[in-house]
Amino acid sequence: MEPKLETEALSYSVGNEAIIEDISFAVPEQSVVAIIGPSGAGKSSLLRLLNRLDEPTGGTVYLDGVDYREIEPQRLRRRVGYVPQEATLRSGTVTENVTTGPRLRGESIDRDRASKLLSRVDLAGYGDRAIEALSGGERQRVAIARSVFNCPEVLLLDEPTASLDANVEQQVEALLMDLIPEFDLTCCLVTHDHSQAQRLADRVARIEGGRLRQFDTPSAVIE
Amino acid sequence: MTLSEQLQAPVVWRGLGQVAVATVLAIVVLGVSYARNLDLERELGMAFVRGFVQVIAMGAFIGILFTVPVAWTAVVLLVMIAIAAWISKDRGEAVPGVLRVSFVSILFGAGLVIVLMVWAGAIAPTVRNLIPVGGMIIANAMKTNSLALDRLKGEIQSNRAQIEAVLALGVRPETVITEYVTKSVRASLIPTVDSLKSLGLVYIPGMMSGMILAGENPLYAAEYQFVIMGMLFAGGGLTSMASTALVGRYAFTAADQLKRFDGDTAPEG
Repeated sequence: MEPKLETEALSYSVGNEAIIEDISFAVPEQSVVAIIGPSGAGKSSLLRLLNRLDEPTGGTVYLDGVDYREIEPQRLRRRVGYVPQEATLRSGTVTENVTTGPRLRGESIDRDRASKLLSRVDLAGYGDRAIEALSGGERQRVAIARSVFNCPEVLLLDEPTASLDANVEQQVEALLMDLIPEFDLTCCLVTHDHSQAQRLADRVARIEGGRLRQFDTPSAVIE
Repeated sequence: MTLSEQLQAPVVWRGLGQVAVATVLAIVVLGVSYARNLDLERELGMAFVRGFVQVIAMGAFIGILFTVPVAWTAVVLLVMIAIAAWISKDRGEAVPGVLRVSFVSILFGAGLVIVLMVWAGAIAPTVRNLIPVGGMIIANAMKTNSLALDRLKGEIQSNRAQIEAVLALGVRPETVITEYVTKSVRASLIPTVDSLKSLGLVYIPGMMSGMILAGENPLYAAEYQFVIMGMLFAGGGLTSMASTALVGRYAFTAADQLKRFDGDTAPEG
């Protein structure tokens, strides 16, 4: 089966500093790959390259077998959603935030779908609330819903539970475990939490010093 | 008028006496600064001397310009725009393409207003009118451009994560950045708008004062001052709109990636 997402000798340097070096791995459709590694290993940089928020200085990424540089950037980013580590939401209501993508692209908004999605992420009735009034866990769920509302095929998540306390972390993790199969998502998840990688991922990529050290099943990578 | 003709005019010598009085006043301020340990003497003194030399050079230069054909004023105004762009670029130093953005924007904003006002008859097409009035419009456009660039640079740097989060949703860069561009244009026009609001109440502008001192009808001086304020507002507004729109474009790569500004740190991890 052709992988949904595949990196080929992917590299990224800033000046003389190599951030990502020669990383190749494949993410099968509707699977979850967790990217683990020590702090500063290049995990978040790798995720940004997958959304083409930064330009690779070497190698490339294939989406459904097509070099992603051949896909118009806005189209690529609709297909490959990205949830940054901090829930970077805009001032306004929850619904305004969830519908950001289509709204700013000038498309019509399906408010029913937004409302259903909010229920799905346990935020039923929150649509008119101001973002500023939400807790950290609620904001993170809005950020996930904002990406999912954009109908991506691939979802990139950068430490989705890093800033949450243990109880909320479990809720967000459970939500992800439900949403990924429900929306047929292929997922790459950066996490520092090895047990989370074991719970969520089909494959684990271990990065160190910007290089891919291991790419295997969670049990094989994580002792 | 040649330089020697200018120097022979009695009014110039009378003016030097007035300069001496103003200098004495400035020296008093420097003395107070010294006595109170404000540590401003060097900077104030240098600024005073520099200002005097620059403005006298400008006066002499304009006097010489009166002898050249009016077409040369276009060259002089272009040089003034280039200098304004050079000074203005420091405010947005880290912004990609800032010098080009500043030059094009000031040329567009100030240039368009000057051309239109000459065409409409509000600025007489003579060296005597074009250089000082054009200079005022260019200087104000430069100030507005600096404020707009400074604000937009700050907005982009402090909202980088938010901008990229929306870019990652497949939204066009021009749309993502609209709210920051609007804020920057608005902020850049605050001084000009405040001057308009306080016109005649708090602020009696130099041009109007000069015209009255020169014996012009005060009502006409007021009317013409309003015309000048309108030109400054239009030139500044057009300049800051152009510069923020251009920065909005230069800040992104062809692949819609937000460029790193000098001094930005690379993302962690």
